Amino acid sequence: MRAYAFRRILQFIPTILIISVIMFVLLNLLPGNAALMAGDQRKAPDPRVVEQLKKEWGIDKPIHTRYFIYLKGLVQGDLGTSFLRREPVNKLVGERIWPTLRLSFAALFISVAIGIPLGFISALKRGSLIDTASMVAAVSGVSLPQFWLGLLMMYLFSVVLGWLPSSGYGNGNFVNLIMPAFTLGIGYTALLARATRAAVLEVLHKDYIRTARAKGLSEIMVNWRHVMRNTMVLVLTTAGLQFGALIGQTVIVEKLFSWPGLGSLLVDSIFQRDIPVTQGCILVMILVFLIVNLVVDLLYSVVDPRIEY
Amino acid sequence: MKNIGTLLLAAVTALLVTAGGASASSGGTFVFCAPYGGDLFSLDMHKTSRTQDYIVGLNINRSLYKWDADQSKPVLALATDVKISADRKVYTFSLRNNVKFHNGRTMTADDVIWSYNRIAQPETSSSAASYIANIEGADAVMTGKTKTISGLKKIDDFTLEMTLKHPVDIGYALCKVEAAIVPREAIEGREAEFSINPVGCGPFKFVKWVRGSEVILEKFDGYFEAGKPYIDKLVYKIMPEGAARDIAFRSGELDANIVGASQYPIYLRDPQIKDNMIEVAEMYTRLIGFNSEFKPFADLRVRKAINHAINAELIIRKLLKNKAVLATGFLPTSSPAYDTAMKGYEYNLTKAKALMKEAGYADGFTFECIATANKSWGVGIVEALIPFLKRINITIKPQQLEGAALGERCRTGKFDAFIWSNESGPDPLETLNRYRSTTPRSAGNYTAYANPKYDKALDMAATAKTPAEKLEWVKKANRILFEDAPFWFFNYNKAIIAYQPWVKGIKPVAIEMMLQDFTNVTIDDSSPRK
Repeated sequence: MRAYAFRRILQFIPTILIISVIMFVLLNLLPGNAALMAGDQRKAPDPRVVEQLKKEWGIDKPIHTRYFIYLKGLVQGDLGTSFLRREPVNKLVGERIWPTLRLSFAALFISVAIGIPLGFISALKRGSLIDTASMVAAVSGVSLPQFWLGLLMMYLFSVVLGWLPSSGYGNGNFVNLIMPAFTLGIGYTALLARATRAAVLEVLHKDYIRTARAKGLSEIMVNWRHVMRNTMVLVLTTAGLQFGALIGQTVIVEKLFSWPGLGSLLVDSIFQRDIPVTQGCILVMILVFLIVNLVVDLLYSVVDPRIEY
Repeated sequence: MKNIGTLLLAAVTALLVTAGGASASSGGTFVFCAPYGGDLFSLDMHKTSRTQDYIVGLNINRSLYKWDADQSKPVLALATDVKISADRKVYTFSLRNNVKFHNGRTMTADDVIWSYNRIAQPETSSSAASYIANIEGADAVMTGKTKTISGLKKIDDFTLEMTLKHPVDIGYALCKVEAAIVPREAIEGREAEFSINPVGCGPFKFVKWVRGSEVILEKFDGYFEAGKPYIDKLVYKIMPEGAARDIAFRSGELDANIVGASQYPIYLRDPQIKDNMIEVAEMYTRLIGFNSEFKPFADLRVRKAINHAINAELIIRKLLKNKAVLATGFLPTSSPAYDTAMKGYEYNLTKAKALMKEAGYADGFTFECIATANKSWGVGIVEALIPFLKRINITIKPQQLEGAALGERCRTGKFDAFIWSNESGPDPLETLNRYRSTTPRSAGNYTAYANPKYDKALDMAATAKTPAEKLEWVKKANRILFEDAPFWFFNYNKAIIAYQPWVKGIKPVAIEMMLQDFTNVTIDDSSPRK
């Protein structure tokens, strides 16, 4: 398994290289530049300052020269320096990664804790009121726009009930995490519930389940030892793939709740054309996605011993 | 003896009254918002050029002058007096001798000189460079020829002589927070650190910046205005989303909130909020700029016809919910050079049609208008113009761009027309200089407007002997700009701040409503944070 993990990690290198080229070219082809965006757009720009900034940030150089400078830094683990903040991107991203991971894992926890049991129960009680109700809730959950849901929750829990702070990080307090995590996690919960239900239904019709029942195992044991374990591989695949999307969705939730994460940093940097920060954020998000998928792959062999690497 | 007794009694009474008054309004935490475009970038006022950063930086820093919102003009801040020479080129400032930086050191004339020199250095790339450009010798520093501005002379620790190239009212430029006076020892060798942990001489000192979430400041006990500021702690929540701010304000988490067009009519109907709003016509003029190189727009009659063909008042009422002031020219109602005699282009379709016919465009033409998604001066407004312009056979095609892309197109002249909000203050002369024929597109004259008569009026204003004469020439230039109609003059932003009933002291700041100076703001005991 170690050799497999090592091979997979090595595969990260070409993946990141290809992504870095695509990203660099696309971002640098965008009209507008950071030197222009540095100032208030409503004010008359000072051409002297604009030219000085272009020179200072190296955006007056040809694109290939800029790419090789960027690549040289990347190899050394240096993501560059933010144009507008004039700080190392490593530091900026480093400060923001934990709030994003905290938010994403909280959302993941909520989704797993609610979605999987809900899907499981729905499948076992197929056609019952519980099944219908939970699947209606799941479809609604997937369909709800996060922005709208977040605002509704804010209104209910902050304005009407006054239980939770409407936004902000609040020194990392748990109460500040609840609403953003639920907003981010609801859609994911619904997705996991549906995926679990489908997987369980598929497994329930397998021969080995019939055999297990035939040899006199209790329903609890059948569900726990046979249904659950065989279902988990399918559920893990969905969970792993969708976790990447979850990291991407933090952009909206972080903006709405003034959450100091990678998503809000990414949005700000795109609009301001702060290319080093944009590249840094995207690369780190991709890296998180790759690592999560690797972990999921490795987990397969834990939940299903038949899988070997 | 009796007199001494009476005096003592009066003094004690006065002290008690003052102390009583102070305790009623002093203390507490004020939570405000920083609503523009996401996180702050830098708190080094010389290096940043974002309003979002200035909102916070204004209360950490002080400049030689400050903007007085009540009088709508700059007044002295770090100096007690200024003597101006007869030719209005030499300013001698008597600096306050009790100004302390947050590191405890007293500010002197050396700090003013060092700060302005820093702004002028090319490597600082400061957007404030244009504000000090009028000081004699600043150009030589900006172009890297020398290191110090020759027009700044220290007479003694608290007296500074400033020589200008032209007799302008330098207060307009030096009241900006970008021209803040900062302590050298806090910056040299630690520039990067300074931008995230600043030291100023303002009423509040920096405590913490939670990136992307909030900035916390606390009262600076050594502030030069005795007894001020009144509040103990000032928190800025970074909240770019209007809906989220609205909820935070309604739940009482925000003490004050900038009001958007969609919230304005709702707040006006809300009995708990409607009396706690303050509004001002901000010095930003929303307009459509006509590219003078686009053939039909080269004809003055066409530009005028468009101005006559659109019912701007109706658009303001229906789309902007009255959260704007109808434009009657370029300079806004809050400008010292606002001309009350100017009434704007009347909505008159007959006149518009006649002008189009006269210009040879009776059959009309098609043009594209680039716009952002901004609700008040974006693509939605352009779409609202379609039926109006159709009546004079003009087809306007909106093209939505994102801010950075639109800025690039404007600077390079690659457009037929654009819709935008342009700064129109505070110094009316400086503002109008943007449209001189010598100003290139890259410096903000996007339509490439050129009229020698306009230039001449501005020259006359710049060399006028008295402020009244200067004002008359500025007004004349403003009238010429209006008559030439390089723009469709739409509106001046009506900026509104709604505040909680326990808040006192929010001011109508016409240069930018969010630039609230919290030195005099108080919150009473009904605040949940007191």
